[in-house]
Amino acid sequence: MLAYIVRRLLYAIPILIGVNLITFALFFIVNTPDDMARMQLGIKRVTPEAIEKWKAERGYDKPLFINSAAPGLSTVTETIFFEKSARMFVGEFGRAEDGRDIAREIGARMGPSLAIALPTFILGLFVTVSLALILAFFRATAFDFWGVVLCVAAMSISGLFYIIGGQYLIAKVWKLVPISGFGDGLDAWRFLILPVFIGVLSGIGSSTRWYRTIFLEEVSKDYVRTARAKGLPETIVFFRHILRNALIPILTGVVVVIPLLFMGSLLTESFFGIPGLGSYTIDAIQAQDFAVVRSMVFIGSVLYIVGLILTDISYTLVDPRIRFS
Amino acid sequence: MMGFQIVVLWSDVLVWLLLASGIGVGVLIARSPPLLAAWRRVGASRAGMASATVLLAFLCVGLLDSLHYRVALDGKPGDKTQYAIEVLSVLDALVGPLRTENEKTYSAPFATHLYAKETVDRPGLGTVREFPRLKFGGAHLDDPATLADDVGVTAFRSVALVTLGWLALAGVVALRCGGWRAVWRGETAFAWNAVLATLAVILLVLVPLFALAGQYHVFGTDKVGQDVLYQIFKSVRTALIIGLVTTLVMLPVAVLLGIVAGYFRGWVDDLIQYLYTVLNSIPGVLLIAAAVLMMQVVIDSHPEWFATAAERADLRLLALCFILGITSWTGLCRLLRGETLKLRELEYIQAAQAFGVSNWRIILRHILPNLMHIVIIALVMDFSGLVLAEAVLSYVGIGVDPTMTSFGTMINNARMELGREPVVWWSLVAAFSAMFILVLAANLFADAVRDAFDPRVA
Repeated sequence: MLAYIVRRLLYAIPILIGVNLITFALFFIVNTPDDMARMQLGIKRVTPEAIEKWKAERGYDKPLFINSAAPGLSTVTETIFFEKSARMFVGEFGRAEDGRDIAREIGARMGPSLAIALPTFILGLFVTVSLALILAFFRATAFDFWGVVLCVAAMSISGLFYIIGGQYLIAKVWKLVPISGFGDGLDAWRFLILPVFIGVLSGIGSSTRWYRTIFLEEVSKDYVRTARAKGLPETIVFFRHILRNALIPILTGVVVVIPLLFMGSLLTESFFGIPGLGSYTIDAIQAQDFAVVRSMVFIGSVLYIVGLILTDISYTLVDPRIRFS
Repeated sequence: MMGFQIVVLWSDVLVWLLLASGIGVGVLIARSPPLLAAWRRVGASRAGMASATVLLAFLCVGLLDSLHYRVALDGKPGDKTQYAIEVLSVLDALVGPLRTENEKTYSAPFATHLYAKETVDRPGLGTVREFPRLKFGGAHLDDPATLADDVGVTAFRSVALVTLGWLALAGVVALRCGGWRAVWRGETAFAWNAVLATLAVILLVLVPLFALAGQYHVFGTDKVGQDVLYQIFKSVRTALIIGLVTTLVMLPVAVLLGIVAGYFRGWVDDLIQYLYTVLNSIPGVLLIAAAVLMMQVVIDSHPEWFATAAERADLRLLALCFILGITSWTGLCRLLRGETLKLRELEYIQAAQAFGVSNWRIILRHILPNLMHIVIIALVMDFSGLVLAEAVLSYVGIGVDPTMTSFGTMINNARMELGREPVVWWSLVAAFSAMFILVLAANLFADAVRDAFDPRVA
């Protein structure tokens, strides 16, 4: 088992290097630092000196890969690639446009992001699996049919509508909760309730439908027929046999998104004014803060790869056949 | 007769190319019995055909909006003709007044007065603050109180017209398909009853809307006084291009790499798997954000590439399609690789190899046709997701050009309006409803196609 995990971890390294190279190419080769400087400075203030100063302040004035002017090992380290890209592997992300340390900012913003994303995830999973179970239990009835129709309709509604509509109705018209903002400690729950509710609501359509098909696949398997042939009542067949077996693909399937919960949700956080990583990313995109966007791309990929490894591990825990093959 | 110059935007080329290849594929399908049978099953599905009718209506709007031209400016005879900087489309010409009749600012649907009060000089009364009459909306009415009557009469006339036209059409269908009862009860091979019913609903909504749009702003006007109905029409093309061109862009890459990886295995397979795992590990929105930010820098540093603002917006739209395509081919590629791995072990492929048929010929003749159902299902399934994604991306500020009308830019411009007193709801509601109808139709159609092509899923 340990050897398996180590092998998976080693396999992640080339992928991370690939991600790093792609982001580097995207940010420094597609456009030269000069182009970025011109964009950031605006048309009015562009002078050759201003561009040089902008680049020097951010360390973009060095060569891309090989600095032949520097002595010894620093021919490789005194370059944009090493300083801006390779250093991300050790968690050094540099500074944002406003001069703050990106790594520290990320650390401070993970908490609020998780405070929204984790309850949304757990509650959403519980609600959608329960709904899917009910639909699958009443399969091939009018109830199931209209349930699926509702699911398709719900997944055809834009996520923006859930947020804008929900915020308007619940916070502005009914005044049940504050419209936006975030509080410290236990006081935060008032601000969390609405984003979590809307997050759960907007995921219901597609997830319920997807889990329903997983349940239905399970229903047609042989062990179900055996259980019925034994004379077990349908409720026992369903809630003891089918539910347990269907939870395996459902739970192993959602493992991959768990690490990504740290990243928060772009839309929810920006609409509700939550100081998490999602709103940080959106602000950076809108302010064209390339250093922050680059760091978020890298962190997102690391978290996704962690998710993949966790998925593999959870598969081997559930199904020993994979471990030994 | 005013002169005009035809403008061919790159996205127009792709749209018409797409239509041509769609027709071409249709001809090919008609020759292949299994595919034809699958499409017949789609044709028999009532939900599928009803949604197809809706999609077709959207497609017509999009196609009309994809024929562009520039009007010649009036100049002295003998001078070299100058053309207007504004690029128009056939749709603009058809809906004429909707585009030009702009109010000062917000006005509610069917309003005769502006949303905001203004200070007006009234002879005899001095200056008063009141809601001024609209310049165009309901301007033909002497007394705004007669609005309901006027709307009612126009609506009734157009409904009567629609009923006549629809009855004639239904009569033709009934004659050709063995009688009214057969059509009504759904006994025809093709789901005519669903098509006719949907058509009735579409006509009953669209024709009165059009009849009224000449005199009123049926969906109101936005902040700068532009008609919301017109914006909805213009958004359709953007949504269709995002939904269709993106898949078209990524399709050849995904199909080629997927089949090659599955068929040849070995180091080719490792390389392709590595490539898509790397691309897949970057969260989609972030990769798109990074790529779009970089594209903006490229576009801003080369203003000389674009003759008109429309061309710049158009190229940006296509670039967005490419970026979305690059980030979304991995899923299909993996599916195709897995399926090819299974197919290449089958007897008929091994027999072909034993006969010495070349690898590329085997791929083309024996593997590709057996993967078509996966490709078609992916194509229709991706569409709705891409339309929804466009709105989110435009909201974040990494979507289409801000000058290009799309559902996303409409929502983005209107997002503060719910905070006003009284509430300005019509832009948002119109954009969300139009998007909902398009996406719902696409989802239902995708389900019908999947059911017909993939017998495994019940």
